[in-house]
Amino acid sequence: MSGTTASNEKKEIARYRSVPDLFRVLCWVASVLTVVILAWIGYEIFSQAWPAIKKFGLNFITGTAWTPGRQVFGVLPFLIGTAASSVIALLIAFPLGISIAIFLSEDFLPVSIRQAIRFVVELLASIPSVVYGLWGIFVVVPLVQQYGTILSKYLGFIPLFEGPAFGNSLLTASIVLALMVLPTITAISRNAFVSTPATLREGAYALGATRWEAILGVIFPAAAPGVVAATILAFGRAMGETMAVAMLIGNSPRLTWSLLSPSGTLAGLLANQFAEADGMQINALMYAALLLVILTLGVNMLGEVVLRYTQKRTAGIN
Amino acid sequence: MDTAIAKPDFFAGAIHAKTVFRALRNRTLTAICISLSFLTLVPLFSIVFLVVKNGLPLISWDLFTQLPPAPGVAGGGFSNAIIGTGVMVGIALLLAVPLGILSAIYINEYAPASRLSGAVRFVAKMLTGIPSIICGVFAFAVVVMATGKFAFLSGFSAFAGGVALSVLILPTILLTAEQALMGVPKAYREASYGLGGTNFQTIWKIVLPEAVPAIMTGIMLAVARAAGETAPVLFTALFSYYKVKSIMEPTASLSVLIYNFSTLPYKHQIQMAWAASLVLVVLVTITNVLAQIVFRKKN
Amino acid sequence: MKKIASTLVVLAALTVSGQLASAETTLQGAGASFPAPFYQRWAQDFNKQHPDIQINYQSNGSGAGVKQFTQGLVDFGASDAAITDEEIAKVPKGAVMIPATAGSIVLAYNLPGVSELKLSRAVYAGIFLGTITKWNDPQIVKSNPGVKLPDLGIKVCSRADGSGTTFVFTKHLSAISPEFKEKVGTDKAVSWPTGMSGKGNDGVTALVQQNPGAIGYVEYGYAQNNKLPMASLENKSGKFVKPTLESGTATLASVQLPANLRIWPEDPAGAEDYPIATFTWLLLYKTYDNADKLKALKEFITYGLTAGQATAPSLGYIPLPKEVVSKCQAALDSIK
Repeated sequence: MSGTTASNEKKEIARYRSVPDLFRVLCWVASVLTVVILAWIGYEIFSQAWPAIKKFGLNFITGTAWTPGRQVFGVLPFLIGTAASSVIALLIAFPLGISIAIFLSEDFLPVSIRQAIRFVVELLASIPSVVYGLWGIFVVVPLVQQYGTILSKYLGFIPLFEGPAFGNSLLTASIVLALMVLPTITAISRNAFVSTPATLREGAYALGATRWEAILGVIFPAAAPGVVAATILAFGRAMGETMAVAMLIGNSPRLTWSLLSPSGTLAGLLANQFAEADGMQINALMYAALLLVILTLGVNMLGEVVLRYTQKRTAGIN
Repeated sequence: MDTAIAKPDFFAGAIHAKTVFRALRNRTLTAICISLSFLTLVPLFSIVFLVVKNGLPLISWDLFTQLPPAPGVAGGGFSNAIIGTGVMVGIALLLAVPLGILSAIYINEYAPASRLSGAVRFVAKMLTGIPSIICGVFAFAVVVMATGKFAFLSGFSAFAGGVALSVLILPTILLTAEQALMGVPKAYREASYGLGGTNFQTIWKIVLPEAVPAIMTGIMLAVARAAGETAPVLFTALFSYYKVKSIMEPTASLSVLIYNFSTLPYKHQIQMAWAASLVLVVLVTITNVLAQIVFRKKN
Repeated sequence: MKKIASTLVVLAALTVSGQLASAETTLQGAGASFPAPFYQRWAQDFNKQHPDIQINYQSNGSGAGVKQFTQGLVDFGASDAAITDEEIAKVPKGAVMIPATAGSIVLAYNLPGVSELKLSRAVYAGIFLGTITKWNDPQIVKSNPGVKLPDLGIKVCSRADGSGTTFVFTKHLSAISPEFKEKVGTDKAVSWPTGMSGKGNDGVTALVQQNPGAIGYVEYGYAQNNKLPMASLENKSGKFVKPTLESGTATLASVQLPANLRIWPEDPAGAEDYPIATFTWLLLYKTYDNADKLKALKEFITYGLTAGQATAPSLGYIPLPKEVVSKCQAALDSIK
């Protein structure tokens, strides 16, 4: 009798042990697959880009002409367009985002209004890019067209505002882009403001500072790394944004200094030309995609590092 | 700064002026801050207003049951686009949810300190930063070009679109699943081990069920995002004016419909783009709100 | 778990039903946006008569059309730039091109208050070269006595995607302007010296519609149906010709189709000829493995070459001359 139960028990335990082992293996496989996917993406893009890298080398990055027909590929205008649209978008979004972040972290107005604004910002974040593009076409393009013409008339001697003023231009795309990265800046900055230690704030008030002296003089510097992280991450986001920009920027492969001229971005280049590229053009586009990936990943990594640093710092003070 | 020592009277005026200045500056900055904050309401209201104003008149039963009209033709709907979006998000979930959750379980429960786990976390963080169009490029290279070689399959397909979307949402699901698992109190696990449970039983019967609401939140947020994305789907699933019959054919989607129709010069098609935007925004908002509710309920 | 299982089942059902529902034949085509409204109307009318044959045409530009045709991703392609011999060599199943319809390329513009505009050869080449930048440039004023031209910058609208329309337009510009030929050249996608770009003929139409001071090159039907004014262009014999059905037909009437059915009238010499008109081709394989698809395709194209041509003028296209139709029919018959 004892023999059978003992061997039964052994069988139970053996079976018991094998099932969970399988599950662990399954999870392990999933983890490996996840890592493999990123490597695979990198591999695909790099291997497809290699022929172009070999052929054009660094001239690709400094070249200003993109003419598939003549096998001339240079992405400098798109690099500049990507950088310019993102920088201008940040210039617009930063003051707005910080204001809202401060507003949400202080008690100027009752909680319900703060909740409402918070909800509004989250809503802004969830609107699909293509809807921003659609809205931009019918609201921002005519506005920029109208006021841009006036601007170029009076300030046209400055290269930045040289006419003719296009509705589909760098400025239009940057304005809409600013709206799209606003929630990122707001959310992360707000977190930074809210997690500054109460002691700092109370200390400032105890010394007789007005609310704004406290904010600008004490809290802001303390939260600065978080704000910097927010800005960097928003910049990365702006560079990778495709649809709204492609619908609004005019898609011009020429180098231009004017905000009111059409321009182009790396992401927009891919969206427009990928479906019908052939031969070396595909390789050139993959090279451009590689550059985009390096840029956005680089910026995002930097942002994450700064964010990590700020979290460690505030944890330490408390 | 002012001190408690009494000052001679001739300073009183200057101090008073400075205080007034500081108070004025305080008020002004508050006013600026509040107005800038409300300024952001303007574009949002504009978007919502236009989406509703232009899209609502077109909302009808027809819109959800009929197929898109040819350019310049009136009438029609976008039933296939809604189904197409649903199918592609479904495929993306099928691929990304198991992968994400199982990976999260591994890195949080089985081997949190291993190098593989470190690599997975790093990869997830990196993937969150990838522009959505790169997901489309990847799916194009890996799915469209591969499947196009078989005679009975066409390269551009809903499947390719689904794969692109799955790469897009994988990091979100993985990271929120990891957060969800971390949110389960250690005590639960210890109690389970104390009662003689194995790793598998602990995870499957105790930890996962506790983490499900937060995981669901992450999945819903991912769904909301995937439904609205255009770039990954643009040159993988293309577009179609016909019914969705198989996942290996070019398929319509709401986002590509909006993109295509918004650059057409025909008023009716543009209005359809607004209507599709309305449907998409409503869908995305409801999903996001639901996700919040599920999250709050758990807490 | 249940949700995953049921989703799997639904997807499987969808896929299976897709294969089972093949009592219906679907033909997949892709290519030029130039004739897209016409092809799509064709497909709809044909489908009414043959409910079991569905034609799905993606208007994504001649460039994409040729590419997808070469790669075997579609059943037929469409291109205003036809297909070159090098490209044909890449197609394993061989290629046959058949002109399906024709149209004029017009210069649509957006100038409030200006309903008639005459552009001389030097002027319209200069506009697209970027050398003439304002609407009140003396050269434009000279050709338009009595018309009040505003002091507005000229915004050139071109194609961002690989386009047969671009190909034909640049071919013509290269023929009339050596400077254009050298600086820009002829291709489906060129580097325009100035202006903004949109996708497809419809994208360019929308850009012109939305931007005062804009001018762009589109197929006649697009400008007509969106009420955009079109410029009268100076042809080789010095006359300013309006783009109409008659002037376009005159241009094509003098064209002699070679054996492979591929030709463009680069700079027509007739007095009434509108300078820029072109055929647009359907690209077909020399052999088709699927007998049902081949039959459906032949029926569809035969319908288009005969009854379908009647709808051409209303949509803004030029009906094919009779001799051309018989040559097309012969080419179609050669496909097995």
